[in-house]
Amino acid sequence: MRKPLSSLSFLVLAGPLLAFLTLVYLIPFLGVAQWSITLPEPGLTQYQRLAGDPLVLSVFLRTFRICAMVTVITVIAAYMIAYVWVRGTPLQQRLAELCILIPFWISVLTRAFGWLALLSNRGLVNSWLQSLGFISEPLTLVRNEFGVIIGMTHFLIPFAVFPLASAMRSLDERVFLAARGMGAGPLRIFWKVFVPMTFSGIIGATLIVFVFALGFFVTPAILGGGRSVMVAELIYLRMFQSPDWGLGAAISVTLVVIVAALMALLFRYARLGDTGVSK
Amino acid sequence: MTSHRPGLIALTAAALVAVFLLLPLLAVVPVSFTAARYLSMPNGNYALTHYRTLFTNPDWANSILLSIRIGVVSSALATTLATLFCVGIWMFRPRFGAALVGFVLLPMIVPPVVSAMTLYFLLTGLSQVSSLVGFDTWLGVVLAHVVMIVPFCVVLIMVSLSQVDRRIDLAARGMGASVWQRATRIILPNIKFGLLTAAMLSFVLSWEEIGVTLFITSVNAITLPRLMWSGVRDNIDPAIASISVILIVLTTLVLIIRMVYSSLRSAPKH
Repeated sequence: MRKPLSSLSFLVLAGPLLAFLTLVYLIPFLGVAQWSITLPEPGLTQYQRLAGDPLVLSVFLRTFRICAMVTVITVIAAYMIAYVWVRGTPLQQRLAELCILIPFWISVLTRAFGWLALLSNRGLVNSWLQSLGFISEPLTLVRNEFGVIIGMTHFLIPFAVFPLASAMRSLDERVFLAARGMGAGPLRIFWKVFVPMTFSGIIGATLIVFVFALGFFVTPAILGGGRSVMVAELIYLRMFQSPDWGLGAAISVTLVVIVAALMALLFRYARLGDTGVSK
Repeated sequence: MTSHRPGLIALTAAALVAVFLLLPLLAVVPVSFTAARYLSMPNGNYALTHYRTLFTNPDWANSILLSIRIGVVSSALATTLATLFCVGIWMFRPRFGAALVGFVLLPMIVPPVVSAMTLYFLLTGLSQVSSLVGFDTWLGVVLAHVVMIVPFCVVLIMVSLSQVDRRIDLAARGMGASVWQRATRIILPNIKFGLLTAAMLSFVLSWEEIGVTLFITSVNAITLPRLMWSGVRDNIDPAIASISVILIVLTTLVLIIRMVYSSLRSAPKH
């Protein structure tokens, strides 16, 4: 079956992309990893700094805290809209789909800018509150952690909706009929039957959102205004503002290790086929 | 039909989420008509100043043209590489196929900032060899964008290949078709819709890419998102609002047209 000719054809087809990514992605990544143990001098100094530097540690802790909060809010919000998208009337489904897909297709910059327009000192919310006389001084709603959490949640909801919706679509309709036949009310069916049956989708959505949130850069940089720096922004600052490539590289490698561990969990507990990444 | 419809509580919760999702997109609209030169509400003075800027200021026009050029080239390259790869995996089903697919999906999973650093490393290295492909050149940006968008193409093309009936290909092979004939006459025509989607998605992804572009450009290769980034960061330029409104309106129109088209297409089948 496996003739030399067919393996040659396979190489001609699959080879270009594999060679391309090896040359322009894998090898340069190894170069970055090498920076982390050679800049400014050979050794593990950068990793020791990473573990001992209170600033770096506080950034990692803040990142985990923000990501955890964002993940919980995002998955709950996504669950609600995914529920209507999958099980609503045809009109409700269409509306929900538009509300999910329009933000999904719009660039992260535009969306972060939208939050600035809404929440900044001269933005919509503060203008209205002031003209209605509720407040005299504008509230600080962005350029802080609140803004970061709002912006990240907004960005990540569609990514959580896809795995949740695909878990909800795969349910067996007869289970609900059975539950109703045995006298369960709609609320009880939702909590005791529907939600537990979508558990794999919830796990998948949680991990995807958390992984995406960890490496997030654009939204925190714009809405955090440099006050609540997260890991990805720290890498950027170490690269371009205080050229400290060794530390930047060490943080990158650490981030990849964390993400790899989380992805291993994802593959273990929710088969990737269930997560509907392709929507 | 569906026995279990969302109740009032679920609908209210979903409506709140929907408002949350659309609110920042709507907020951009009034801001884009402000007469002031800073981010503010129009307060009665509506002006089209910031829309005019997009056409009169050469920075905007240049960056839009550059983004289109980079998007078209990156999308063509990424779709071609991904198509060859996926067709190869589908036809030959190699033993380590899953691992190979996992490898090409890496740029989608690795945090963008790490990919950005990796590509920065690559392009600053290439700059020393060639001034054509390197840091802050449009071809350098194309190279980086292809890396970042190719996993999405692979996912989409794999999905549409998984819907192709293998027996058609087996029949062709049984009748003596070569690998080339099977690929071009049997497989590609069956996934042409998927290929089109992949090409469109990869154009959009390149068009709006900022995370990596930020690391690998400085003054020459200013794409549209790169220009918007400086406008958002330094002092908020209301021209960002007007370009945002245009992009939001375009996206919404395309999605609504797609939705109407697909419901028209699927309606007669029932």
